[in-house]
Amino acid sequence: MNDFQPILTIHAGQPGSATLDYYLAHEGYRAARRAVLDMNSDEIIQMVKHSNLQGRGGAGFPAGVKWSFIPRDNKRPKYLICNADEGEPGTFKDRMLITHNPHQLIEGMIIVSRAIDCHLAFIYIRGEFVKEARLLEAAVEECRTSNILGKNIFGGKYDLEVLVYRGGGAYICGEEMALIESLEGKRGWPRIKPPFPAIEGYLRCPTIVNNVETLSNLPHIINNGAEWFRSIGASPDSPGPKLYCLSGHVKKPGVYEAPMGTELTTLIFNHAGGTPEGNKLKAVIPGGSSAPLLTAGEIEGLKMDFPSLTAAGSMLGSGGIIVMDETTDMVQACYNLARFYAHESCGQCTPCREGTAWMTKVLRRFTQGQGRREDIDLIMDITDNIGGLVDFSEGSFGKTVCPFGEAVSWPVRAFVDKFRDEFEAYLPKEAAA
Amino acid sequence: MSFAFTADHKKRFSALLKQYPDRRSAALPALHLAQDQEGYLTTETIETLAQMLDITPATLMDTISFHTLFHTRPRGKYLLQVCQTLSCSLAGADEIVDHLSHRYQIKVGETTPDGRFTLLKVECLGACETAPVVQINDDYYEKVSKEKLNRILDKLP
Repeated sequence: MNDFQPILTIHAGQPGSATLDYYLAHEGYRAARRAVLDMNSDEIIQMVKHSNLQGRGGAGFPAGVKWSFIPRDNKRPKYLICNADEGEPGTFKDRMLITHNPHQLIEGMIIVSRAIDCHLAFIYIRGEFVKEARLLEAAVEECRTSNILGKNIFGGKYDLEVLVYRGGGAYICGEEMALIESLEGKRGWPRIKPPFPAIEGYLRCPTIVNNVETLSNLPHIINNGAEWFRSIGASPDSPGPKLYCLSGHVKKPGVYEAPMGTELTTLIFNHAGGTPEGNKLKAVIPGGSSAPLLTAGEIEGLKMDFPSLTAAGSMLGSGGIIVMDETTDMVQACYNLARFYAHESCGQCTPCREGTAWMTKVLRRFTQGQGRREDIDLIMDITDNIGGLVDFSEGSFGKTVCPFGEAVSWPVRAFVDKFRDEFEAYLPKEAAA
Repeated sequence: MSFAFTADHKKRFSALLKQYPDRRSAALPALHLAQDQEGYLTTETIETLAQMLDITPATLMDTISFHTLFHTRPRGKYLLQVCQTLSCSLAGADEIVDHLSHRYQIKVGETTPDGRFTLLKVECLGACETAPVVQINDDYYEKVSKEKLNRILDKLP
């Protein structure tokens, strides 16, 4: 694994890497051309299914399987949406892919569009990324003038338009149903699933929503084959290159591309240079802020892929790794995240809207030294009411329309469970007695 | 004060309507366009835009109030938005907020009396590798320190 060569980010930092000329000079659009001119929908879907590419947005759903849910006999238009609404705290990989290689993403979009017979695709990018949105618009325009997008692309009989759409600054719009509502010009309130977007999405038409990184993998799968892709990483069941975002208490924060299944300690200590000033590692959030944190003792030998993280009681999520060293105040950190979720709760479901605000209030009380002993259990009780334990065997899918409820409950529970002593230390003296 | 798109923006708005399969989907791009032009969205702007999008002003207001990037009240010429979420917080975002608050003698959410600066705390800007991050209008300023920020702010026209 030491001789791994970056695949998605190999051109990052090269002068002009975002331009069409550069991309074409490095085998760009070879895969899209092949997909449009020489492959049919089934061939593309089978190939990607066989590659075991899992969605890189957070849930890790197999990409090829998702596309196969698009109904064939449906005469309504089909849509593809690239989810570039990157906002999960600790995650900044999509921005890097867009900045350095927007054409890799557009090529991936052409391949999926071809597979699901879509003729109008969107890139929903978070509204704050103004510069990145302009860059994408310029890249799309380059493609339009070069017969890579538009009518009869690559001289074939297939038409495809891509629109860049800037969001309005709402974390929840990274959730696919909320994103679709926002794209329809409405408030971004998630819809109940099913029906899933593949059946009823944008304008109630069959729609696929894929993450930037997922799409960026596709040209490489078409060019090099499914077997090649499965050979990358620790397990053929969860393979491929992965972008890991390291931030917080590390010497060299940044995006690092490594094979799926790379050990978390390797990423922290080798890639990102370890903690500053030789401070001891305390805890790590392994997959964006929604992933329950792991203590330093829990990450020994832990492989960073979907199944390993699930087995460790957390999740790979978006690959956003936030490192906290011994100087971190866990009560403050927990409050910081709870406040984030309270601010970003869309307000549709009562448990989440009321619960996140209430929990944040209780945590703020703690940080101000006014916590009460019973508050610790109260916090646990509130998390249980927002996003109680999901029991799939019972057909239970949480207590809110979308997974936001779990996304706030699980990390807060982990903070309190694993660092209960720090919460107790915050209690005023009489309450602590 | 009535609202109308400039000639250039009018052209862009018409292009939007042709690109999207339904009119209402052009709402967010149209709102961005109007806000870029006017600085913030007045009642008159919202009423005119709603008419152009073929929806009621209340329906458009529903969308506006949900999305934090749209402003319905005047704000400073420069919107200083300090990211306060975990990675930025671990890198000292609180000190940056205190510094700006002290520099301009305003609290978070306030605008300087000369109308130049509005200070806001915002949630994750998605640039955690270069924490702490401040967004000033459309631009990100990354790995900022008090000194670096002072130099940036001193240069603003």
